[in-house]
Amino acid sequence: MPSAPAGTLYRGREGMWSWVAHRVTGVMIFFFLLVHVLDTSLVRLSPETYNAIIGTYKNPVMGLAEAGLVAAIVFHAYNGIRLILVDFWAKGPKYHRVMLWIVVGLFVVTMAGFLPRHLMHVFGGE
Amino acid sequence: MATTATTDAPETSGAFGAVPSFDVTLRIRRFTPELTGAEAYWEEFTVTAYGTDRLLDALHKVKWDLDGSVTFRRSCAHGVCGSDAMRINGKNRLACKSLLKDLNPDKPITIEPIKGLPVIKDLVVDMDPFFASFREIMPFLITTGNEPTKERLQSSAQRERFDDTTKCILCAACTTSCPVFWTDGQYFGPAAIVNAHRFIFDSRDEGAAQRLEILNDKEGVWRCRTTFNCTEACPRGIEVTKAIAEVKRAMITRAF
Repeated sequence: MPSAPAGTLYRGREGMWSWVAHRVTGVMIFFFLLVHVLDTSLVRLSPETYNAIIGTYKNPVMGLAEAGLVAAIVFHAYNGIRLILVDFWAKGPKYHRVMLWIVVGLFVVTMAGFLPRHLMHVFGGE
Repeated sequence: MATTATTDAPETSGAFGAVPSFDVTLRIRRFTPELTGAEAYWEEFTVTAYGTDRLLDALHKVKWDLDGSVTFRRSCAHGVCGSDAMRINGKNRLACKSLLKDLNPDKPITIEPIKGLPVIKDLVVDMDPFFASFREIMPFLITTGNEPTKERLQSSAQRERFDDTTKCILCAACTTSCPVFWTDGQYFGPAAIVNAHRFIFDSRDEGAAQRLEILNDKEGVWRCRTTFNCTEACPRGIEVTKAIAEVKRAMITRAF
């Protein structure tokens, strides 16, 4: 059966885009965990190598990547709670949009608390 | 000042109370393998329409007056048969339930076939995989024992329990709006789950356990990622994602 390639992007709403964001942040966290397991396992081989590797993370590029990582985890965590409520709370599907804005609000509050302190560490030189 | 007199000039015959007309451009995703090969392409048609016209009326004008080769399904044309689901400006809608004036006719209206099912020609897709999933959940009353000599009685509260999912017209707007279904054609899809819900929560039916068993499959309800595209797309206003969540919960509560 011949099939035609897809045309335009499907215009989904909040639900679809929160799903996309959840998937993207999930993949980011997966790759972080991969690196995290590898570098942490070094401590069993040689604590000196472990310190050297962790030392290379102390630069502004990795500092910004850490900020991105925290952002990904914070969104994924809050949105994960929302998804659990959508599935297991009887009124979840009705209030899924409201809950998404609560997730976004909590995300902003959490990041507002975290980012200034973190960026001061990264760019302030202790 | 001089121009004000002409701005209100009716474009139609000018009769009092005439419905104003306007030109609307339809940008149709065409696929004509017998003529142009396996590559789909866009084609634009401009027709004159009225404020009361639906998108289906504009498509009729294209097919009847401009290009008879434009192919789409439609049967009842009144939102009951579920034949003319298509992707209108990027969203799954029924052409017969979409008023042109609600679609912003100032810009070309893009019309594509529903996504995730093989396109046969233009806006016509192969619905077989969709109906195969529908058949698999056994969309009919299952009972045991002797048939009663009169109606199978049910309270209005029991009827209300599954009222929402009885409205399905099998147009496939929900299933083909689902990102999971686009990438994984094996997924049952929202429409099949909605129709399973209609019987699982029917007090007269005794096949709930079998249906839940079928939907407990790897490609069953657990594939649902609650994107709410289906709820958003349903032309009958069925709360599809809610129905799927209820089936998920029934699976857990009835297993213990």
